[in-house]
Amino acid sequence: MSIGTNPPLAIVEEGIPNARQRKRGARTIRIRGMRPSLWVYVGLGVVFVASAFPFYFSFLIGSGDASTLRDPGFFPAGNFIANALKVMSDPAVNFWAALWNSIYSSVLIAVSVVISSTLAGWAFAKLRFAGGSGLLVFVVATMAVPLQLGVVPLYILFAELGWTGQIGAIIIPALTSAFGVFWMTQYLRQAVPDELIEAARMDGASMIRTFWTVGAVAARPAAAMLFLFTFVTAWNNFFWPFIVLDRQNPTLPVALSLLQSNYFVDYSIVLAGVILATIPLLLLFVFAGRQLVSGIMAGAVKG
Amino acid sequence: MTTTQPRVISFSQRLSKWDVKFSPYLYISPFFILFAIVGVFPIVFTAVISFMDWDLVRGSGTFVGIDQYTWILQQPHFWTALRNTFSIFLLSTVPQLVLAIFIATMLDRNIRAKTFWRMSTLLPYVVAPVAVGLIFTVIFADKFGIVNTNLQAIGLDPIPWHSDPFWSHVAIATMVNYRWTGYNALILLAAMQAINRDYYEAATVDGAGAFRQFWSITLPSLRPTLIFVVITSTIGGLQIFDEPRVFDQFGRGGAGQQWLTISLYLYDIGWGQWNFGRAAAMAWILFLIIVAIGLINLLVTRTLLRTEGTRSPVEKSRRKRTQKAVAR
Repeated sequence: MSIGTNPPLAIVEEGIPNARQRKRGARTIRIRGMRPSLWVYVGLGVVFVASAFPFYFSFLIGSGDASTLRDPGFFPAGNFIANALKVMSDPAVNFWAALWNSIYSSVLIAVSVVISSTLAGWAFAKLRFAGGSGLLVFVVATMAVPLQLGVVPLYILFAELGWTGQIGAIIIPALTSAFGVFWMTQYLRQAVPDELIEAARMDGASMIRTFWTVGAVAARPAAAMLFLFTFVTAWNNFFWPFIVLDRQNPTLPVALSLLQSNYFVDYSIVLAGVILATIPLLLLFVFAGRQLVSGIMAGAVKG
Repeated sequence: MTTTQPRVISFSQRLSKWDVKFSPYLYISPFFILFAIVGVFPIVFTAVISFMDWDLVRGSGTFVGIDQYTWILQQPHFWTALRNTFSIFLLSTVPQLVLAIFIATMLDRNIRAKTFWRMSTLLPYVVAPVAVGLIFTVIFADKFGIVNTNLQAIGLDPIPWHSDPFWSHVAIATMVNYRWTGYNALILLAAMQAINRDYYEAATVDGAGAFRQFWSITLPSLRPTLIFVVITSTIGGLQIFDEPRVFDQFGRGGAGQQWLTISLYLYDIGWGQWNFGRAAAMAWILFLIIVAIGLINLLVTRTLLRTEGTRSPVEKSRRKRTQKAVAR
């Protein structure tokens, strides 16, 4: 992978038509800049429908009852509010506790990851210190370590501390992220010209002042994206919370799995719960989806 | 000039030297302190526990050598889980990549409302895997699922989504594909946009059609990104847990282990049978499998990209100059 050699994203520009195309008239420019045919829009429309259909489907099922499960039709029946209220008031699921747990654990985790990654990323990208490059390689290498490799001792550790069942047991292990450090290092390396740091140092700024006035300011766009990614990941995390949390004190994904594990499972209620649990992230996506998209695309070129 | 001034300067210089020397460590310390406790310590400790018969009540273990590893390798369930995991992994990675490339080429065209289409592609990514799992569990339900209902409506046999291993893998792979195809399409789109447009111009002049251009320019240029995507989906795919866990309400991988995966099996050993020594050994076996596949990937990457990755001398000298300035 081309780590460290990051070509900036090329913008698709309208090409200058070559001789052959010019003869065929102004409507065809060159192939890549060409207005795409209708089929491209049809294809993208299919992708859109495929992306959105499962939501609509779960809303259809979630607004019906056991009798509409087999044939939900095309329009929602009127039971969604009733089903949603059932989910919210089910004592076995603890929906409100789960919602609150998900919100505050995800926010705490994302804030902490952004701070620790920006500091470490700044040091790795722009400062020289003994063992620096070795440590960075080590951090990147740990990204391949599966989650499963840590769960047994972490569980023992938290059981020893009496924290199993507590939300702290899912926050603490997620407070830092190797991916975050890698992400900030990559970004700061190319976003901050070395001359800027030189200038700040020559003006007599201390190291922390240089970080605060140059590094932290330059890091803001990447930090915003890292916040979004970490938030989404923390919100959706299931494996570890499922292991360590109590049934009385779940996060939303754990609560959803509890909804389903009732013996006489009513899927109209389960899918009403799915919709409820997904709404916060859908709202986030509506407001910040553009940033998420550009974040993935920026991260990809670096990959 | 007074006589005291040189002393003051040397003091501030000394302060500045300390600042330069220790600040970097200060900056990386929040990360590394936490990382040591919740990242490195568990990995090492997992290795220790995997050689023990762990007593949950006493909170300690007795050394049993490689017994836990041999026990696992002798379990038929382990081999079923391994086969299932690879089968689900292949069924999700291959179609996902093909689809992602296809979607990326469409998005790479000069389309109207770019942001809208890109966002709609990414939409599934924000939905929790558990939620995706539950939705598709209803879609693929054996008796009342929308797929089987429609199959029967047009006179076909319903598909045994839960009893047949292959079809259960298809259903679970569909959940994975749903969530990740758009994400990978955007990664590939970014790589496509970095391709030098002159290549296409030259190819067009030479009379190459769209398909030929895709085959001879786009695909080869995407190779490093494709390998990256394959590696990340390997790491993720071999750990799959959420989707198979919620595929039925019992969460045990099916009555005949049709969709038992390695992670599900690990959970069952650790928190179903409460045997931490064996669960730790299972975790290390999973890790070794991931490392082995990662190394194969790396070897392939190396041979394909031998010329890339060297830092230019210009950049090197520039870095040196900055470090000197910083150290002043």
